Amino acid sequence: MRKVKLAVIGLGKMGLSHLSIAGAHPNVEIVGAVDTATMVTDFLQKFSDIPCFNDTKKMLEQVTPDAVIIAVPTKYHAPLIQDFLERKIHVFAEKPFTLNVADATKLTALAVSNHLVNQVGYHNQFLGTFKELKRLLQLGAIGKLQHFTAEAYGPVITKPQPTTWRSNAAEGGGCLYDYASHVLDLVNNCIAPVTNVSGAILKNIYSDTVEDAVYGLLGLSTGLTGLLSVNWSDTTYRKMSTQLTLSGSNGKIICDATELKLFLQNTVAGESYTAGWNIISVGALQEPVGFYLRGEEYSAQIDYFIDAVLGKVPNNINTFAAATLTDQAIEFIKNAAK
Amino acid sequence: MDRILFGDNQFFGVNHVSDQKSRAQLIQFKNDEAIIHVLDIALDAGVETFMCTTYARIGNICKFIKANPAKYKNYKIYPCMPYAHKYANAVTELGMMGALKSYMPGNIFTTALKGGLAFLSKDYEKMMELMIDAEMKMFEGVNTPVIFLQNVVTDLLLGLRAYKLLYAFSAYVQKKYGAEAGFITMNLPLLHKVLLAGGISNPIICTSFNKEGFRMSGGTKAYEAVAAQNSARIIAMQIFGGGFIAPHEAIAYVNSVPGIHSILFGASSAANIKQTVGLIHQ
Repeated sequence: MRKVKLAVIGLGKMGLSHLSIAGAHPNVEIVGAVDTATMVTDFLQKFSDIPCFNDTKKMLEQVTPDAVIIAVPTKYHAPLIQDFLERKIHVFAEKPFTLNVADATKLTALAVSNHLVNQVGYHNQFLGTFKELKRLLQLGAIGKLQHFTAEAYGPVITKPQPTTWRSNAAEGGGCLYDYASHVLDLVNNCIAPVTNVSGAILKNIYSDTVEDAVYGLLGLSTGLTGLLSVNWSDTTYRKMSTQLTLSGSNGKIICDATELKLFLQNTVAGESYTAGWNIISVGALQEPVGFYLRGEEYSAQIDYFIDAVLGKVPNNINTFAAATLTDQAIEFIKNAAK
Repeated sequence: MDRILFGDNQFFGVNHVSDQKSRAQLIQFKNDEAIIHVLDIALDAGVETFMCTTYARIGNICKFIKANPAKYKNYKIYPCMPYAHKYANAVTELGMMGALKSYMPGNIFTTALKGGLAFLSKDYEKMMELMIDAEMKMFEGVNTPVIFLQNVVTDLLLGLRAYKLLYAFSAYVQKKYGAEAGFITMNLPLLHKVLLAGGISNPIICTSFNKEGFRMSGGTKAYEAVAAQNSARIIAMQIFGGGFIAPHEAIAYVNSVPGIHSILFGASSAANIKQTVGLIHQ
C-alpha cells in the first residue's frame, strides 16, 4: 500500500490530536509538523522522530506533502488553504472552515477544479448515533417532521478570561464559531441546510468580547423550523454534550453522542425497531477504528481523509461545500443577532 | 495486584453509553459519604483496591481512609492521572502555553522557581515530574503501589511516537514513590510492543477487553494474542462493552481469556457489586 505523505500545520489541542492519530496510521508517513511555538516542536524533536518546522514555507522548501491537516486559528485558514490547494495538495481543515462565506466559496471552487480531496473536521458526522439518525430521517422513520431542537452545552468558559485568540470573534473565537458550529453542521447534514434565521441572541456570560451562549430560531431549506440553544459556560456538564431532538407525525428521535432514543407510533417496514421507545447505545452502532485516541469519530474522520486521498472512498462527507453551508448558517446568526 | 479492582467512573458521571445515566449518577454521588458507602460495600465483598482518577474530590476520600486506619488496613488506591478534561478545557480557554503555566505548581514566575526554570528551559521531564507530584499530593499517607497514566495521555504519546516519555513516567514513579507504573490504553497491541521494546518488563496495562471488541483497536483476536504471550499484567476494563453486553456473558468471556490478570469494574448499587464479584469468582 502506498503511504500518504502528510504534514500537520498548527500543533494546538486539535493539531496534536490529529498528529497523534495520523502518526499511528499504517498508511501515513508524517513528513512535517509545523508550529510557530518552539515549546511544542522542541518537545517532538526531543522525544519523537517526527520532523518539525516552525514555518510552513521552510517545510515546503524541504518536503512536498501529498496532503495536509490544517489546525491553526481560523483567521489563518483561508490564505493557508488556498496556498496548499494551488500547490495541488489535498487539504483537511479544522472547523469552522473560514470566517466568511466568500472565502469558503472561493476555496471550495478551487479544491473542486484542482480535483483535490477536501474535508473539514466536523467529527460528529462520524459518530454511529448521528449516522443512524441521518439514516432514519432519510427513511422517513418518524413521518413528516414538525419541529427540531438542536443543543450543545459544556464547561469551557466558567470564569472571567484572560485574552487569547479565542476571545476575539474576528479571529474565530467565541461560542458561535467554536461550539455552535458543530450543532449547525449537524442540522445541515442530518436534517437539511439552514437557509434563514429569524431571530438570534448572542449572550455574554463570562467573556467580555465574545458570546458564551447562542440562541436562535432556524429555518431550513425544507421549510422545517427549529430551535438552537448552545452554551459553553454550563458547569453542569463534564464535557461537551450535543443533542438533536426531532418530532414527526410518526414519533420522535432524541440523539446525542452516546445514545439514540427512538419513539415510533407505528413500526417502519424493513426495520427491526419496535413501536414505542427504542434505546440504542453508541456501542452497538459504532464501527471500530485502528487507533483510538479520544473517541472513534476523531480517528474515523482522519482514516476517511487518508482513504479519500488513496482513492478508496469518494470524499463526500464534510466537504468544503458542506462546511460552506455551515459558515453560511453562522453568518445568518450573526446578522440576525445584530 | 488483586484479581478485582474497583473503578470510579460511576462516582463522577463518566458514562460512555448514556448522558442520561451520567446525570443520575452525578446526583446520587453528590456527597462524599455516598461514595464511601459504595466503596465500603465493595470492601465487604472483598474488593480492596480502588482505582481512581485524580479528581479534587478524591482528596476527601483519601482523608477519610487515613482517618480510619483499622478499617482500611489492607486498602490500596491506584491513582490515574491526569484528569484530562481539566487540562483540555484549560487549553481551549488559555491556549497551550497558558494551560501549561496554570498547571505548573505555584506561580511560575515567582514562588515555584523550580517549575519556572523547568518551563523556561523546556525541561519536559522536570515539568512532567512536577505535574505528577502535584497530582500525588492528595494521596500522601495512602498506600498507592501502582500509579497509572490515563489513556488519553498514554495514547497521545503513543501516536506521537514520544515513547521515551512513557519510559520516563515509569522510571519516575518508581524512583519517587516506590510505585510501579501502570498504563491505561485503548491500543493494547501497539502499547505492549512499545513498552517491551523500552525495557519495561511485564508491564501493567489496563485496557478495554470485552467479548464484542468495543474500544479494542485492532480487534479481539489481536488482544487475545497479546494476552496469550503472558508478558504483561493485563487489567481488563469496559468488560460490559459500556453496558450493552449482559453480565454473565461479559464475565464468562474475560474469565476465559488466559493472560488477563485482573478485572476492573465499577457499580453504584450493592446488588450489582455483589453479582459482579460473585460471577468473577465463579
